[in-house]
Amino acid sequence: MNAETTNNVAASAEAADVPSIPVNRLRTKDLLGIAELSAAEISLVLDTAVAMKEVSSRPIKKVPALRGKTVVNLFFEPSTRTRTSFEIAEKRLSADTLNIAASTSSVVKGETLADTVHNIEAMSPDLLVVRHSSSGACHFLARICRSGVINAGDGMHEHPTQALLDAFTIRERKGRLAGLKVAICGDLLHSRVLRSNVLLLVKMGAEVWLCGPPTLVPTGFGRTGVHITSSVDEAVEGADAIMMLRIQLERMLGGYFPSLREYFNVFGMTRERMSRAKPDVLIMHPGPMNRGVEIASDVADGPYSVILDQVANGVAVRMAILYLLAGGAEHEAAA
Amino acid sequence: MKRLLRGGHLVDPVQGIDGVTDVLLDGERVAAVGRDLQVDADVEVVNVPVGCVVCPGFIDMHVHLREPGQEHKETIATGTAAAAAGGFTAVACMPNTSPVNDSASVTRAILEKAAVEATVRVYPIGCVTKGMKGESLSEIADLRAAGCVAISDDGRPVMTALLMRRALEYAGMFGIPVIDHCEEPSLKGEGVAHEGYTASMLGLRGIPSAAESIMVERNIALAEMTGSPVHIAHLSTRQSLRAVRAAKARGVRVTCEVAPHHFTLTDERLAGPVSYDTNLKMNPPLRERQDVDAILLGLRAGTIDAIATDHAPHQEDEKHVEFDRAPFGIIGLETAVPLSLDRLVHAGVLTMRRLVQLLSVNPARILGVPGGNLRPNRPADITILAPEVTTSVDVRQSRSKSRNSPFHGWTLKGAVAATIVGGRTVYVNQVVPNATVFGAAAGPA
Repeated sequence: MNAETTNNVAASAEAADVPSIPVNRLRTKDLLGIAELSAAEISLVLDTAVAMKEVSSRPIKKVPALRGKTVVNLFFEPSTRTRTSFEIAEKRLSADTLNIAASTSSVVKGETLADTVHNIEAMSPDLLVVRHSSSGACHFLARICRSGVINAGDGMHEHPTQALLDAFTIRERKGRLAGLKVAICGDLLHSRVLRSNVLLLVKMGAEVWLCGPPTLVPTGFGRTGVHITSSVDEAVEGADAIMMLRIQLERMLGGYFPSLREYFNVFGMTRERMSRAKPDVLIMHPGPMNRGVEIASDVADGPYSVILDQVANGVAVRMAILYLLAGGAEHEAAA
Repeated sequence: MKRLLRGGHLVDPVQGIDGVTDVLLDGERVAAVGRDLQVDADVEVVNVPVGCVVCPGFIDMHVHLREPGQEHKETIATGTAAAAAGGFTAVACMPNTSPVNDSASVTRAILEKAAVEATVRVYPIGCVTKGMKGESLSEIADLRAAGCVAISDDGRPVMTALLMRRALEYAGMFGIPVIDHCEEPSLKGEGVAHEGYTASMLGLRGIPSAAESIMVERNIALAEMTGSPVHIAHLSTRQSLRAVRAAKARGVRVTCEVAPHHFTLTDERLAGPVSYDTNLKMNPPLRERQDVDAILLGLRAGTIDAIATDHAPHQEDEKHVEFDRAPFGIIGLETAVPLSLDRLVHAGVLTMRRLVQLLSVNPARILGVPGGNLRPNRPADITILAPEVTTSVDVRQSRSKSRNSPFHGWTLKGAVAATIVGGRTVYVNQVVPNATVFGAAAGPA
């Protein structure tokens, strides 16, 4: 066992604040990360997403909340799931959308990120949804852009909408976040999903356990208030939700562990291992999955899996974010 | 022409002076030092403004002047003008120019340019290895004969222990130090920030402290084996400091320097108020609070020999990019002394006497160059401080060609009043009351 636990006073204070600070809007023009959101803002997004999810269940899945608004999806890194989810969310809110991928942008000609974005901004978009391989790229853009910037994943830093949809999925099934035990297992070091989820879950009062080989544990992470272990059994014991993180095969040349076979034997989520969790445990994965590496197929496809629910909820949560940043409180999006 | 600096508070540790003392200059040299010096009527008398401290000229032993090859970032003219404004009367320039300074012809070119354009003295540092490739030794005798005062592959370490051993043995023949950028490349990897909580939360690849201290330990072992002097550039971690302290205690010829940003800032700054500010990206990276505290103790205790800026100019467009794509380094010539006065002297960490040792006495001793004291017949290189005057850092006013400083907008207690090189006033700070008594600032020699 390699347990590392530190109380996070600020996080606890945030958790305590959840019911006492009602908010009806986000404080900034951007969504850069969970780090910048208060617990009350997180609750606002999740509550708004409830209404947005209802829109997706209608025969006509469209509301006029973002009519006349322009959203540019700037993906400097390959993505199918997140980009599609954002695009569907934008269209359901009636925004005009534009997709720009790195391979078709002037970045490949040597243009700087700042110049690329300044050129796009000259055409007056309202929101930029940005994915980039550099941590902090969205912070950099938010400082130099008039438009709102939504972080759709920056390097190894944050993927806030993923954490929000994960939280939405847990809350939808369990009715709450505070007091739940959530185990997150896999490549902790390189995961932006992990960072956003840790920040969110700790802020909302959940008990978070991280599990992975010590070679893939970020230095100093215990200060976030989580428990860290290299024992899957310990992490999963009594868990309400288990999130599996993808082993990023393209990064594994660094020799973080000897083989995929050994990884699965030690850290892979199997039915036997998940049986230590609560009977109604949720099995989660942000995708894409490596079956037989971090998760066994019968777990991924089993009755406890909410992996496809996460995908569906992603649209609702992203609609909520778009609405809160560009729609304005005066709109009745779900009306 | 003789000039008498009258009534200033002279701090000259070598002569054991720390009090009101006159300094008589005769042309390029110091003629006399003493209380109430009597001079002839034709001597120009300069009454040092109240509160000013007169020191032997400060020497920055770690500067990147970028010329030849990267004149868009800095030139010998602009870099030395910034040095003068920062209170330095001499700088030692690192060899990672383009071409690198691995031959006497490059050394001579630097010195010839400096003779015409430099505002302060320039001491070239030559490469340890040809082309800075880490494969075979440069012609060190040639470099020394041409004017190099040390050798270094700064920007990268001397890769193999065997080559470092040879460098120490060979350079030892000429009595010049090997200055090493201590970094174990495989541990540093693609790191861009100190490996710790902040980098983890920001998703930045980390550079562990051990990447530095392993090389420091290696170099100490080799200095101990060869008996030759090794100088550790820009030391940044408490582990490195512990190694140096232990080595010094057993008589190893090791010296080290720290940069002002490493005793002023911690890695937590990367998280805000301007997150991912590329002006906070330097190598070695900003470390943790415990490292900063250890450096402050090391400065006080004498384990650290020198304060050097690692002045690393980069153009704004090079830094106006994503954090991991920005080059390492910040400018530091004009902020080093105000930071030292504010954070070290006024904070009670150091006495003024100890600060002068770190900025003047020891750099001169380590490099074996003139200066470090104001004894009669020594060069009249003088730094005059106004410790009580407030400095507002405004990089837009910098003499450097580059603006990459994290200290823009800072207010610091302590300023440079004037800089005198070879008896000529080369910088006067108009903000310091009555500093104009030191005369109009002359340009390059």
